[in-house]
Amino acid sequence: MGVAHSAAGAVSDASVLSLEVTKHFDAGAAFRLDVAFSATPGIAILFGPSGAGKTTLLDCVAGLARPDSGRIAVGEATLFDRARSIDLRPQQRRVGYVFQELALFPHLSVQANVGYGLDGVSRVERERRCGEVLESFRIAHLLSRKPGEISGGERQRVALARALVTDPCVLLLDEPLAALDAAIKSQIVDDLRGWNALHRIPILYVTHSREEVFALGERVIVLDAGLVIADGTPHEVMTAPRQETVAQLAGFENVLEAAVIAAHEDRGTMTCRIVTGKSAIGLELETPLVRAEVGSKLRVGIRAGDILLAIVEPRGLSARNLIPGKIVSLAQRDVIVVARVECGVEFEVHLTLAARDSLRLGVGSEVWLVVKTHSCHLMASGRD
Amino acid sequence: MDWQTFTLTLRLAVLVAGVLVLIGLPLAYWIAFSPWRWKFLVEAVVALPIVLPPTVLGFYVLVALGPRGPLGRWWLSLTGHTLAFTFTGLVVGSIIYSLPFAVQPFAASFAGVDRRLLAASATLGASRWRTFFGVILPLSAHGLVTGVALSLAHTMGEFGVVLMVGGNIPGVTRTVSIDIYDKVQAVDYAGANQTALVLLLISFFVLALVYGLNRRGFGFGGAGKAKS
Repeated sequence: MGVAHSAAGAVSDASVLSLEVTKHFDAGAAFRLDVAFSATPGIAILFGPSGAGKTTLLDCVAGLARPDSGRIAVGEATLFDRARSIDLRPQQRRVGYVFQELALFPHLSVQANVGYGLDGVSRVERERRCGEVLESFRIAHLLSRKPGEISGGERQRVALARALVTDPCVLLLDEPLAALDAAIKSQIVDDLRGWNALHRIPILYVTHSREEVFALGERVIVLDAGLVIADGTPHEVMTAPRQETVAQLAGFENVLEAAVIAAHEDRGTMTCRIVTGKSAIGLELETPLVRAEVGSKLRVGIRAGDILLAIVEPRGLSARNLIPGKIVSLAQRDVIVVARVECGVEFEVHLTLAARDSLRLGVGSEVWLVVKTHSCHLMASGRD
Repeated sequence: MDWQTFTLTLRLAVLVAGVLVLIGLPLAYWIAFSPWRWKFLVEAVVALPIVLPPTVLGFYVLVALGPRGPLGRWWLSLTGHTLAFTFTGLVVGSIIYSLPFAVQPFAASFAGVDRRLLAASATLGASRWRTFFGVILPLSAHGLVTGVALSLAHTMGEFGVVLMVGGNIPGVTRTVSIDIYDKVQAVDYAGANQTALVLLLISFFVLALVYGLNRRGFGFGGAGKAKS
């Protein structure tokens, strides 16, 4: 099986993923996934806000969720076809899947994790293939460690190696690098590209980070509320968007679903409560007043560069939104520092190198986010 | 000290715990993972022995095992004698009586295994069988130990069901708890105390071992949540 795929660069129909899927799903408000596209060997990015249906789509390809209708095929092999009652079990699909939460087996060593999918293979062959993939992802020295004993970046590599060693015919990556800092991220991406150059299979790469879209993408498919709303190169889609929604998604690093809880006509503002997934968290924002009913849903877009960071609770400010949080990652990109701050939802904040150093910010620092009312841009919600 | 009742009790407990592992594991797997909507009815039946007085349970088991009961009649035609007041009958009664003490910890620990690990196992081509033995079972070690130990200890200490189903035949169905009752009836308080103390110590030892083992978590975080 390995030989057929390692004929470098040979793109044939045999390796094209084509899918056409509808599925009702329930994430917050019930809505419908309805997508159709095909992906040639290489990395195709699935971009969209959380709750757009990206993970559900991957689950359908892997056979972990059943579409209501449609067809999924890789080359000649049909994985799912409602009309012909074909629905292969996950075990039969040869789909590599790296989960957002990685799902490494905590009781098994790195070696046993990576070799897990090679059960039917002879011992010699298994060791050869494990050795090869461990080498190409630079984790050969971790063989006997347990997942709990290695770093986050190493765990990502192990999860990738475990999925790739089985020689899948398509690879699904669900925000595999979201938690890593930029330097480690780009190394892993290089290793993944190197592997993909030898094994020409389609890779569906889910992310909601605009930064990753530009870093990775040959092609980006934008998903919003279960629908494909744009499809093209990152440059076409993200910088010259033909669609209003894409422009909105692409223009703001932070896009939050929210519900209007009060309108203050006299002050020209509204109070919105942030909603993640099914539940509202205790985070409220004061936003400009727009014509919206109390209780209606909308989206709040906030640019990462419009957020101020403070290390003590600021007083006497004109800005109306003060949000306490904790820094979960800090990464340098050129001359800006990208901080991810957990406040119940995660915010991306951009600051200068000088600001990082003078405030002595680090992972775990307690900070306050300061957001002006008019930095909160309101848009129509993707969900009706 | 009457060691015969002790060896008999121990033999009963080990046998019952062994059988409960064999039937408890598949039953617990089904309870933990079946999507069937009426599943709760089966769960309620399994839990019944916890709330029923042992005499009620023992009475029905006795009727079922007797020559007029379906199980008893079948056994009679097979072996030529009835199950009531035999060691085998005692085993059958005890299995039913201790069933929830094995199945509930098993099912709870299976259900606690991260579903994404099971999905990962499936996408890596592993059969359900292999996922069960390679992922679910090792990550449920604490539940297994708890279930086995509880069914051992519970069977050792049972009284009502044994009395109803087994009677009090030395070397056949006279267990420790019956023996203690007997001695008290005969005003042999010293003898009763001796036997009761040994049973108390054994039970304590078994439970202490379980809690000690589970506290250590077997080296990989007990409930088997994936660290990511």
